[in-house]
Amino acid sequence: MTDTRVAARTGTAPRIGESARRPDGAPKTSGSFAFSSDLWHDRMLWGGTLRSPHPSARIRSIQIGAAVAVTGVHAVLLHDDVPGQKEFGLEHRDQPVLAGDIVRYEGEPVAIVAADHPEAVRMALEAIVVDYEVLAPAVDPMTVEEVEPIHPDGNLIRRIHLRHGDQDVVGDVQVEGTYEVAMQDQAFLGPESGMAVPADDGSIDLYVATQWLHSDRDQVADCLGLEPGSVRLTLAGVGGAFGAREDLSLHVHLCMLAQHTDRPVKMVYSREESFHGHVHRHPAQMWYRHHATSDGTLVRVEARLVLDGGAYASSSSAVIANATCFAAGPYRVPSADIDGAVVRTNNPPCGAMRGFGAVQTCYAHEAQMDKLAEALGMNPIELRLHNALEPGDELLTGQTITGTAPVAEVIRSCAEHPSAAAIALDPMELPGGAGRTAGPEDVVRGEAFALGFKNLLFSEGFDDSSEAACRLEGGVATITSACAEVGQGFVTVAQQITREVLGVEEVVMAPATTATVGSAGSTSASRQTWMSGGAVKEACEKVRVQLLERVAAQQGADVSDLVLVDGRIVSLAGGLDIDLAEATAEPVEADVVFRHAQTWPLDDDGQGNAHVSFAFSAHRAIVDVDTGLGLVKVVELTTSQDVGRILNPMQVVGQLEGGAAQGVGLAVMEEVLVVDGRIRNASFTDYLVPTALDMPPVEIAALIEQAEPGAPFGAKGIGEPPSISSTAAVAAAIRVATGLDLPRVPVRPTDIVFPEGEA
Amino acid sequence: MSTDPYLLRVNGTDHRVGDGRPGESLLWVLRERLGFHGSKNACEEGECGSCTVLLDGQTVCSCLVLAESATGCEITTIEGVADDEGLSDVQQAFIDTGAVQCGFCTPGLIVSIGALLDSNPDPDDLTVREAISGNLCRCTGYGRILEAVNVAAAGRRNEGSAA
Amino acid sequence: MTIATSLEDACAALAADPDSLVLAGGTDLMVEVNRGSRRIGNVVTLNRVPELGAWRRDGGQLRLGAGVTFGEISRPEIASLLPALAQAARTVGSPQIRNAATLGGNIATASPAADSLPVLVALDAVLELCSSAGRREVAVADFVTGVKQTCLLPGELIEAVRVPVLDGPQEFCKVGTRNAMVISVASLALLVDRGSRRIRVGLGSVSPRPLRATAAEEHISQRLDWDTGGHPGETAIGEFADLVAGSATPINDHRSSARYRSHAVGVLAGRALARVLEEVAAT
Repeated sequence: MTDTRVAARTGTAPRIGESARRPDGAPKTSGSFAFSSDLWHDRMLWGGTLRSPHPSARIRSIQIGAAVAVTGVHAVLLHDDVPGQKEFGLEHRDQPVLAGDIVRYEGEPVAIVAADHPEAVRMALEAIVVDYEVLAPAVDPMTVEEVEPIHPDGNLIRRIHLRHGDQDVVGDVQVEGTYEVAMQDQAFLGPESGMAVPADDGSIDLYVATQWLHSDRDQVADCLGLEPGSVRLTLAGVGGAFGAREDLSLHVHLCMLAQHTDRPVKMVYSREESFHGHVHRHPAQMWYRHHATSDGTLVRVEARLVLDGGAYASSSSAVIANATCFAAGPYRVPSADIDGAVVRTNNPPCGAMRGFGAVQTCYAHEAQMDKLAEALGMNPIELRLHNALEPGDELLTGQTITGTAPVAEVIRSCAEHPSAAAIALDPMELPGGAGRTAGPEDVVRGEAFALGFKNLLFSEGFDDSSEAACRLEGGVATITSACAEVGQGFVTVAQQITREVLGVEEVVMAPATTATVGSAGSTSASRQTWMSGGAVKEACEKVRVQLLERVAAQQGADVSDLVLVDGRIVSLAGGLDIDLAEATAEPVEADVVFRHAQTWPLDDDGQGNAHVSFAFSAHRAIVDVDTGLGLVKVVELTTSQDVGRILNPMQVVGQLEGGAAQGVGLAVMEEVLVVDGRIRNASFTDYLVPTALDMPPVEIAALIEQAEPGAPFGAKGIGEPPSISSTAAVAAAIRVATGLDLPRVPVRPTDIVFPEGEA
Repeated sequence: MSTDPYLLRVNGTDHRVGDGRPGESLLWVLRERLGFHGSKNACEEGECGSCTVLLDGQTVCSCLVLAESATGCEITTIEGVADDEGLSDVQQAFIDTGAVQCGFCTPGLIVSIGALLDSNPDPDDLTVREAISGNLCRCTGYGRILEAVNVAAAGRRNEGSAA
Repeated sequence: MTIATSLEDACAALAADPDSLVLAGGTDLMVEVNRGSRRIGNVVTLNRVPELGAWRRDGGQLRLGAGVTFGEISRPEIASLLPALAQAARTVGSPQIRNAATLGGNIATASPAADSLPVLVALDAVLELCSSAGRREVAVADFVTGVKQTCLLPGELIEAVRVPVLDGPQEFCKVGTRNAMVISVASLALLVDRGSRRIRVGLGSVSPRPLRATAAEEHISQRLDWDTGGHPGETAIGEFADLVAGSATPINDHRSSARYRSHAVGVLAGRALARVLEEVAAT
């Protein structure tokens, strides 16, 4: 049975390709949707965390007597109270649940408290006396490999020295540059929060906002010394994620406090604590040399990349793999030498954020492409088109692109799209906005283009499978998946897929929990539409086959003659027309584990078929720059993206606009300021994210639809590319407007006003 | 130490707050003592707008209102913006245009936009952007939210011209 | 907690416990309370005191109750009389903040980045202070004694702010790295005072206390042709901007650098002057 036989029918509830509304839209707009910070239990206690004020120190002693004595306090727990494994981590278990004898970053958890009111928690935290021997922090990623290791696992987290093709190639034209990307915060709005509820049998339930329930579950169980089955994680409403919820934060702490007090315990981070409580985007320092022939053909790229991983590994190993593998951008490059290292420092830990390593290098390789175009006297769009990857081309890793790669289409459609940008007159719409600092005569306009790409799904041999179950009963489909809905709209797409395959109207999404289904993998790497969407699709298809076989047997019909359409089972030959609700009075169920094509680790030269699929995007930015004050207004962003197939046009637009906003933020304002290992702006007062007066309209020039083999309905993941090329495009446009090099993002006012440096 | 009991009038109903602690914000009391979880806690320093409520008809950040000091004021939270069981026009527009992603900023934005449209049913783009400049959204980049405002405003215009 | 409903109430409550926290809009104080850096003891709230929320014009003066909010200041009734203060008000926080935050609160917090202070010092605003012991008046420039330090005595409140209604255009400009809802990195108020033939300039975020750029004011005021409104020439404007920049005594912090701040007020000075001159020429 083919999909098209079913898809050809009309239904009323939106299916694939339509702008279905979110099933959680009504509760989210009415305020009744329960986020993780909204959890409540009548016996619950409040938890809190004491954090290190020092980026590097030895703990001589901790006195908790006075804290225990605070009225209302039920527990004060330390490193030694961690019942199981003392460390956790996504890839390497190198991060203490609570610091032992040493703290390695400012904000590292040292003690946890449970009390009957947050104020009592606060008083108890203040009453804990920690005697620190303060140490000089190692904070310079460029030299940290040469200093005393700050962790038993050493100061180098991972180095990939990628060598591809003939290493003796030298181009007629060479351009060189050094680039820097600052630390960005995901700045999701819903702070870390959750509630742990102990059960009588020693097991525990944890309700938490996360991106990956089963990975959390396994780490929590290890740290609690419990079997994974004794720890049940259920997704609580997630207020955004963007990578910052892939690691554990308060998970083990909550469970320890709940177990110790035998009471439900709730914890909600403050915004300041949130800045200390999750990983950030890696700051990067990058050197590049591009070689080309005089006709603009890229022949070699050399790069040295250093990413600051901060104190603990998190997902640094995978981030540096992406930075290295995609270091040259979506271009044909026959020869490359890319040395990528991610190091450990006493700075805040870094890990996943939307774009995952590709954001940093995109900013650098696109600056290089513009520089090369100038050196060649060539149009920068032409240069990109000339070198654009095509299906069948090799990547820097030696891997051949076997799927779709409409790079030229992405470039052309974006570059050729007419601009709607007007000249602003109202100071409110000029750089400086409400501050009324500039008039039209004070600004110069710049326009530039950038192209980016990254891998979809996990790479390097990782089997990030997804399990999903479908149960069709009484004409209603129930989908069970542990996929973390973090706002991206998986729940919408899962319903659309189910309707598409089963012809049903009503689709119930069961709670995402480890208690009822296997792992869906992480909500990251632009993978859930493909992986969990794929699992839902296969589970539904299996149900359809089983149901039709059952009906065929019952009715003595030929199964190949039966189709499911709009809540009925009908025979194509006519004569049979059964209501689906009746036919499924006895339920039909299926459970599948969906896997993507196998990948392999990189070899010693960074070569190998490490990735499954790739997605490409382009942005054209138009900016107004007030060169006198160094302020920038992004006037317009235009984008094209390779999306495979569009499953929900409205949600695609939402991802493209939202991702671009984070890219704009990194280009012109977002930076976690870290000085000597300390965050100087851990608040929304000083960590600035774009407001509605900062974000320009995002014009979508084209969504390139070429069905990707292996992906459900051919749909590629779409979440990350919008954040990759947007930063590079905005920075490039500021360069065009000012004529400055601007080798660092975010571009600060001082970078424009004092290009020679502050000193 | 606890405060003397005081009354808060929320969405037209008086609520008694007993054994409060000194210094509790209106946001905290709404959420944790009175069960109005719709107003959100994202920064607790007035820099995100997630906790926006109406205080005597004006938008404020409830995190920066000392709860006791709101005695005698009419407080309208997200739970009070729709007349009945249904959704307000702004809430429906958010759903229909894709303005909701994670949803954490959504209640605050709906309160802000409702207040804007009540005072100015036909705002231009810049007016809308300024009116919601105190409501951070990290998911949408504001595009669909601005579209939702357009849809809601158009709906009010049509209703007005039909009446 | 005392919810004062008259000025007398408020003063009496403060006299009874001079350590009480005074709560007006709450937008500064509650940040500290939420953060746990300030514990709440006795509180006297002022938002229900009608006298504090009122404003009126007395001839050439405007008397603004300390409880007037920035939202009210940015609306046309006050904006038409005090355009620079209204512009400054429009840059205070967000719409939600402006609905709660009061002029008196902004003054009493006395942050170097306070948005109203550059305008108020340029206007030579006079503060009316009151307590159960009586009333006194202090110039705003003398009121702020340092970073978040004032000469307010225990038990004393800001009752009102008196400013002149000047004849001439006004500008307020504020630099921040975001287009809205941002703390000032540098700000400038520039007011034309035809009556006394003076350009008045107040600066924010470039010194511990709000600053008047006196030397720059004198320099440019002498070079303007007050009778014709003629342009003083680019050189004079450049010198004026340099003098403004030179009067700043800023610091480096996480929001910007001292060098940038000085530079920025200089740029703002030149631009604001050009704008008011254009307006003068047009009238």
